[in-house]
Amino acid sequence: MTALIIENLHKTYRNGFEALKGIDLKVEQGDFFALLGPNGAGKSTAISIIASLINKTTGRVEIYGHDLDRERDLAKRLIGLVPQEFNFNMWEPVEEILVNQAGYYGIPRKLAFQRAGEALKRLGLWEKRHTQARWLSGGMKRRLMIARALVHRPRLLILDEPTAGVDIEIRRSMWDFMREINRQGTTIILTTHYLEEAESLCRNIAIIDHGRIVEQTSMTRLLSQLHTEVFLLNMAAPINRAPDLHDYRTTLVDSDTLEVEVDREQSMNQLFRLLSAQGIEIVSMRNKQNRLEQMFVDLVDGSKEKHA
Amino acid sequence: MNQNSWQIYRIAFQTIVTKEILRFMRIWVQTLLPPAITTTLYFIIFGKLIGDRIGEMDGYRYIDFIVPGLILMSVIQNSYANVVSSFFGTKLQHYIEELLIAPVPHWVVLGGYVVGGVARGTMVGVLVTMISLFFTDLAINSYGLTLLVFVLTSVLFALAGFINAVYAKTFDDISIVPTFVLTPLTYLGGVFYSIELLPEFWQWLSLANPVLYMVNTFRFGILGISDIDVVVALVIIVGFIAILTLYSLRLLSRGVGIKE
Repeated sequence: MTALIIENLHKTYRNGFEALKGIDLKVEQGDFFALLGPNGAGKSTAISIIASLINKTTGRVEIYGHDLDRERDLAKRLIGLVPQEFNFNMWEPVEEILVNQAGYYGIPRKLAFQRAGEALKRLGLWEKRHTQARWLSGGMKRRLMIARALVHRPRLLILDEPTAGVDIEIRRSMWDFMREINRQGTTIILTTHYLEEAESLCRNIAIIDHGRIVEQTSMTRLLSQLHTEVFLLNMAAPINRAPDLHDYRTTLVDSDTLEVEVDREQSMNQLFRLLSAQGIEIVSMRNKQNRLEQMFVDLVDGSKEKHA
Repeated sequence: MNQNSWQIYRIAFQTIVTKEILRFMRIWVQTLLPPAITTTLYFIIFGKLIGDRIGEMDGYRYIDFIVPGLILMSVIQNSYANVVSSFFGTKLQHYIEELLIAPVPHWVVLGGYVVGGVARGTMVGVLVTMISLFFTDLAINSYGLTLLVFVLTSVLFALAGFINAVYAKTFDDISIVPTFVLTPLTYLGGVFYSIELLPEFWQWLSLANPVLYMVNTFRFGILGISDIDVVVALVIIVGFIAILTLYSLRLLSRGVGIKE
């Protein structure tokens, strides 16, 4: 079954700004889907329309077979949203925020407390259940929004930059949590500025720019389109000029670091053989740029040129 | 709409009402205490100290005459204040989105906030009535009419507060209407005097003030006296409620102030 279908979605704001210029999108049930794009590309507008936070101009949205216009309630019951900005009552205790949200979905109060407790425990907020939301740290507030979005057990969870401003440790634990709920059957749509996050979590991807989808494919297929990758190699001993490695383009970043551009057809084994032959020992290596980031920049630049 | 939907709406409605009641109870020092203190001062100053020198009004001691108006004034102000501040807060901190994303129809949202406002209006009204018993013997002429006007007035001003909150963009916007519209209308709505004391022109002008109808009908419910026809007053109050309800629902469905 298809979790989300968007057809020819347009949004023009009152000031005349055309945020969405007819986007089409399909997300399959159980998918972990990345919706990426630069700031102002239309990601948040699209998400806000799906979540009924703003009205669309024209177009159609369907959630698990339920049209958002004609079967509004049924469609809404299936969505959970973790928005970009904190949007809860800062003066309300954490548990109450979750219980109220459950109530809006028709969950009786007793069961709502039970569900809230489960969600708070899963996200490590149980100890803070009686604390007013304003006293939580930034990471805890993010987790509170995830707990709130899950309290009615949605089948489609939309995460709009859920790990923004969160430290690495918490981000990793949030990734594990997202993977777990996806494994349990929840379809996830993720927007993020951390492209390594999208690369690590998502199976499919759409890139939106200037209100249009410029690419929609699987993560593997997208990354396979990369023709070259740039690696930074740390050498055991310093050198004073970049070695000649035949077809591999090299640049000496500093006396201990060598930058090598590797084409898709070229072999890493061959590269290391050539380096060894010249007596250069490599102690570590890393990508200069995240692979998805490189692809993303290429696509967005391409889209910019098209619109220029 | 199936039975399941109705059950969801009922629980959602109860949730909004409970949330609203907990909100004003949590800050009772700001919401319940001030009207109690203010009206006590009104009773002491206007009712006892000055009132004893004024003598009778429409055949009643002055304090007996002003008690119904003062009770209703506190109901008006608190029903309005509760909804305007609470709904504006939900917009300001963006947690209106919790309701927008959920399967809660507009009429449930409106109903929940209005009943929240009525709950605070009722609580303050009861509190003020209890205080008034220290100053006067409240013999009620018609319990049914008194209760009806009490609730209808509270609903009407809760609706008005809701509309104010929808349009409000700043804190100034939620204080302008109560200060420059609501307070003058209430003070000039016959709380402290009978309009028969006014020259003919001002009497005629007073009839354009909706608060006059509520105060007089409420006073009729308690004392059995009124400057205006009670049936006409009830029709006007219900008419205003119908208009404001439809207007509020229209604002919600168009997303004015909340989906922009």
